[in-house]
Amino acid sequence: MSIAIPTLDRRSMLDPMLPHAAVIQGINPEANGISTFSLEFVDPAEAAAYRFSPGQFNMLYLPGFGEVAISLSSDPGEPQVLGHTIRCAGSVTRALGRLRVGDLVGVRGPYGSAWPLERAQGKNLVLAAGGIGVAPLRPVILSVLRQRDQYGRVLLLYGARMPADLLYHEEIGRWRQGGIEVHITVDLADENWKGQVGVVPQLFYRIRVDPKQTLVMTCGPEIMMRFVIYEALARRIPKESIFISMERNMKCAVGFCGHCQFGPTFICKQGPVLNFAVIEPFFGKEDF
Amino acid sequence: MKPSLPRVAASVVVSKASLQKVFDNMRVSGFSLVGPTVREGAIVLDELTQMSELPVGWSDLQAPGGYRLERTREPQYFAYSCGPQSWKKYLLPARLKLFSVEKENGNWRVQPAQNLVPRYAFIGVRACELSAIAIQDRVFMTGEFRDPHYARRREPIFILAVQCTQSASTCFCVSMKTGPRAAGGFDLALTELPDTFVVEVGSEAGSEMLRDTAWAPATAFDLGRATQACQRAGREMQRQMRTDDLPGLLYNNLEHPRWDEVATRCLSCANCTQVCPTCFCVNVEDHSNLKATAAERTRVWDSCFALDFSHVHGGNIRPTIRSRYRQWLTHKLASWIDQFGVSGCVGCGRCITWCPVGIDLTEEVQAIRDKAIK
Repeated sequence: MSIAIPTLDRRSMLDPMLPHAAVIQGINPEANGISTFSLEFVDPAEAAAYRFSPGQFNMLYLPGFGEVAISLSSDPGEPQVLGHTIRCAGSVTRALGRLRVGDLVGVRGPYGSAWPLERAQGKNLVLAAGGIGVAPLRPVILSVLRQRDQYGRVLLLYGARMPADLLYHEEIGRWRQGGIEVHITVDLADENWKGQVGVVPQLFYRIRVDPKQTLVMTCGPEIMMRFVIYEALARRIPKESIFISMERNMKCAVGFCGHCQFGPTFICKQGPVLNFAVIEPFFGKEDF
Repeated sequence: MKPSLPRVAASVVVSKASLQKVFDNMRVSGFSLVGPTVREGAIVLDELTQMSELPVGWSDLQAPGGYRLERTREPQYFAYSCGPQSWKKYLLPARLKLFSVEKENGNWRVQPAQNLVPRYAFIGVRACELSAIAIQDRVFMTGEFRDPHYARRREPIFILAVQCTQSASTCFCVSMKTGPRAAGGFDLALTELPDTFVVEVGSEAGSEMLRDTAWAPATAFDLGRATQACQRAGREMQRQMRTDDLPGLLYNNLEHPRWDEVATRCLSCANCTQVCPTCFCVNVEDHSNLKATAAERTRVWDSCFALDFSHVHGGNIRPTIRSRYRQWLTHKLASWIDQFGVSGCVGCGRCITWCPVGIDLTEEVQAIRDKAIK
């Protein structure tokens, strides 16, 4: 099953390694060490021409620090605002974390494959997200909410380490109101937590799925995705209906640097969204 | 009357001394000549102006983990096989500035690097190396994206190929179907005979470089001698690698015990990837001035044998030498075919010669094949 790779505009074709300046329009703290940065290209023509699909990513650049591949987490229906939910983990993201509204960030993209939203039309959707893995799935949720009647049941199975680590806290109510069934779990509860405790794959035990009519989209730590896949397969959801979003070291995002290889796949080109049937022989192989 | 220049696809003979005239013609046409020359006990690639700078009278002895030069009896110009460097030295420079950024009045000025790119004439390109260049062309010029730095270097080059008349003990181009004879992809191709050069004309530009040389059409005798010399190189080849269903073999044996065994010998030094004419992995480096008002990005060669090559937050994907050697070999011989429609190995044998512990990929593949799971 091939995944549609949206074509890029001419701008990126000329020198694909050149960054384009964008202004930070907003910084929304989501959880400890995690914020959503809203960016807008300085050049109005670039801003007007930019389009992206759910699941794609940008390379964000800070002069002197370097570049990081970050998924778009915002609404593809409003492509002038590029939302990136970023955890301050490495040298570049920590430097990003020190920036303020009005500062500049280099952007190039969007790159990579998208979640198969067209195939999902008329079907049920199970979105299984762990930690910051919910960020690349947020554009799916926002797209579904725009055209809710185009899809069957849409379930979000979402887990975080602790209640304070849950992202998009204020929005989840709106997602529920919009017709998305949200199941949340945490690994470690505090005394105020009244919900499920445990890992994301366990949330499958709280839902019923029609295997022939369901697509699974999952993003999170690889070990979590592995067990999400087990649970999905155990419910006879075909391999071809399971999609995962993978992460690898990435230096160029255009297939030149070789860093993001995963067997025959370049995560930057055929990924990050991959069909499980395609990568099954390699997925979960130790140190691969 | 003899025409002043040979036609394309013709074969001619020129005296050995005429090669200097060919060099001069190239330089007058604006080419920077680069080719083999002796430096510090090895035949490397460097800028040339005179044919006397070629490794005349030198040959090389290559073995797993071994390389040394020796004198030839006759003063031949091309009596050696591939040295440690490949043409990626020029097409994919080991260090290349990509761009700089200056902060001005709250905005950025992104300046693409103004790298001076000469028009190269490559002297002495072997058949396996022509294949290697064609492979990197696929990586950088035929995909969804095009690397402008590579394309700017690659497109105007002139290629003077040399048909191999001997093979090193580490060569296996016959197995990889890339040599020893180059069938095309050159402007001129020389075959060195004891007394003369037989020259195949591959392009109009190639023909043009024969201007004012005392060329003569090659006779059937000359062509026969040239063909035989080249065939001998193929016949003498000591190494081979079975390529049938190589991707399937490696993909099905990702847990083969041989990976553990080779990991006890491999130093993960990355020599093989640096000498490989097709390995293309790169990293980027960022620098800024002390006031952080200006910065630049530089692209540098990298290697999948480097520990942090696969680093993501939380650790390295391939922390063991076993996993890194497996990545290199499976990429080279299997996933490369999925990615680019062609094997990443041309059989030049550099990785065997320059491995400090003499690991031979043909042996590793055979060991996996001997006890394959499927």
